Order: sequence, then structure tokens, then C-alpha cells
Amino acid sequence: MSHGWFDEEAGPIVRPYAMTRGRTRGTVDHPLDLIALVTAETGDPDGAAGGVSDLTDRELAPEHAEIMRRCRRTTESVAELATGLDLPVGVVRVLISDLLDAGLVRVSRPVPASQLQDDSTLREVIDGLRAL
Amino acid sequence: MVSGPFERGRSRPADPTALKILVAGAFGVGKTTLVGAVSDIKTLQTEESLTEAGRPVDDIRAVSGKRSTTVAMDFGRITISDSVIVYLFGTPGQERFRFLWDELARGALGALILVDTRRLADSFSVVDFFETRGLPFAVAVNCFDGAIRYPPEQVRRALDLDEDVPVMLCDARERASARDALVAVVEHALHRSARQRSAVS
Ligand SMILES: Nc1nc2c(ncn2[C@@H]2O[C@H](COP(=O)(O)OP(=O)(O)O)[C@@H](O)[C@H]2O)c(=O)[nH]1
Ligand SMILES: [Mg+2]
Repeated sequence: MSHGWFDEEAGPIVRPYAMTRGRTRGTVDHPLDLIALVTAETGDPDGAAGGVSDLTDRELAPEHAEIMRRCRRTTESVAELATGLDLPVGVVRVLISDLLDAGLVRVSRPVPASQLQDDSTLREVIDGLRAL
Repeated sequence: MVSGPFERGRSRPADPTALKILVAGAFGVGKTTLVGAVSDIKTLQTEESLTEAGRPVDDIRAVSGKRSTTVAMDFGRITISDSVIVYLFGTPGQERFRFLWDELARGALGALILVDTRRLADSFSVVDFFETRGLPFAVAVNCFDGAIRYPPEQVRRALDLDEDVPVMLCDARERASARDALVAVVEHALHRSARQRSAVS
């Protein structure tokens, strides 16, 4: 709680929201789940299809570029990105929406555990935990 | 539903499935310790602004004006395989953060409730929360130094838990012990889903 963006005495710090130009949602209709996974689009080396962005990393805000850097290394959830960038979840949701709009990332929304097709995923989790 | 809305036409390896398990319990029962003991990543704290949690906010300036408070949640990751990732959320115990639990509980695989036998009554409302929502949970009795060790069955009775709810002793500081407690949660969820399926068919 101590490293939050909001200082109890001084009131909120505006900067993270200024970065998203006042938007809180981007173009995604539903707020991205905390465990929605963000994966960098690899794009097409020939530039034809794939990462359809007209943005290059240089043109991205540093925070966008940092998300891209992390997601190229490994798939990360919204919550991990927020903690990794030390930004409020709401701000990170907007940044991800921007990258999504630019075709630089894809986002997979989590399947509610109660809607898993069969037991195989849970069995895999049990085996994986036991191996820890 | 996995990646449905944003799926593009080309074939590529499927994105991993993300699941979440809540680690719940009263203040000081060992949630932060347990998440840290099993997580791949250095335990992180994520924060959710109280005014923004659980609902879309159209105008953040209004929120800023409202002087929101943030709440920190422990957060851990266990990479099971290339295709499955488990996220742990240590939920802030205080009653005033309960509404956050609703958001976190949505879609969750299950919960581990940590209890301290010296303060069992602090756990009543936590147990109620998960029972009411029908989310599978297990109870781990954290063994604090100097606390009397009660047999799990006695804790079950004191908490008025159903027969099938796993109750075990645990030391949140020990990776193996924390891992076993999480296994109990997932096994319980698995049994429950198997039972529900056989009831339907
Ligand atoms: N003896 C003992 N101490 C523990 C155990 N788990 C946690 N602690 C200690 O209890 C204190 C509170 O734990 P913490 O994880 O911060 O609790 P939280 O408020 O639920 O996150 C810390 O000093 C831990 O080191 C346990 O299983 N046994
Ligand atoms: Mg804690």
C-alpha cells in the first residue's frame, strides 16, 4: 500500500492517467481481467501480414515499449504487467488496449475455471504443483 | 472463449490457459508468506484502485478528484507448463475490501483459506464468503509457534465445514507444505466438478 500512486496526504498523482490521455478503457468494451494474458504478436518478417502496426518501438511511449519488451520475453498477465511496470491496473489496461488496437499484441481472456471443457487441465495443474 | 475475441486467422501454438487460486484469510494468518513460498516470481503486489475495481470508469478525472485509496494484493505465478499458468492472489482480509473479493473470485478455480487457531473466529466470515458463492475451497491451519495444535477435525467442527472440505495443518513458510495445501484445493475442485457432471448426466 505504501508504494501506491496515491499519497494519502497530498492526494492523487495525476501522471499515470495523463499518460493515457484521460482514457481508462481504450477500445476494449469490457475491462481486461487481471489474469488476461498478453502475448506479443510476432508479425511477419516480410511485413505483409501479421503485426499490422504502423508504429515502431521508437514511436511508442516508454510504458508501451516496456510492455512489448516484457511480452516478447514471455506471456504475462495484466496483473503481472501492472506490478512489473509499477502502474495502477487501470492504466495498464489502457496501455494494453492501445497495443491491441495497433496489432502489436494479442490478449487471451481467461476461461472461468467452472467452464473448463474436461478434467485434463486440473489434472495437469495437480501434477505440476506436486512437481514443485 | 480462450482468446476468442482477438483471435486472428493464422495458425500458431495456442496461448496458455490462465487459472487463479485465491489465498484468503484474516490479517496476519500467513497469506503473503504462503504466496511467496510457492511463487515463480518474486512475490509482487498489485494494486487496484478502490474506485475503479470491478466496474469500468469513463472519466478518470472524476476518480482522481475523489481521492481514491489503493489496496495492495499479494500476487504470485506458478508456471505449470507451456500451456497452463496458475496465478495466486492473496486477498486483503479486512471486511472493507470484501467487494474486491467478488471480482477476484469470479472465474477462480478455488480458494485456500488460511486460519490461525488462536483467532478462529476471524475466519468465520471468510468461510461464509466462499460457501455462499459455491467456490471450492480448502482450509489450511497455519501452525504458528506457541499456538496449541488442534486436530484438523476439531477445526472442521469449530468452523462448521462440510464433510468434503479438505482441512490440513500447514506451515506457510515451507514450500512443500504450501504446495500440498494448494494441491488440496485443486483436487477438491476436481472432485466437485466430477460430481457435478455425474449429477447432470
Ligand atoms: N510460525 C509460523 N509463522 C508464520 C507462518 N506463516 C506466517 N508466519 C509469520 O506470521 C507473520 C504474518 O504472516 P503474513 O504472511 O504477513 O500474513 P498475512 O497478513 O496473512 O499476509 C509473518 O511474520 C510470518 O513470518 C507459519 O506457518 N508458522
Ligand atoms: Mg499480507
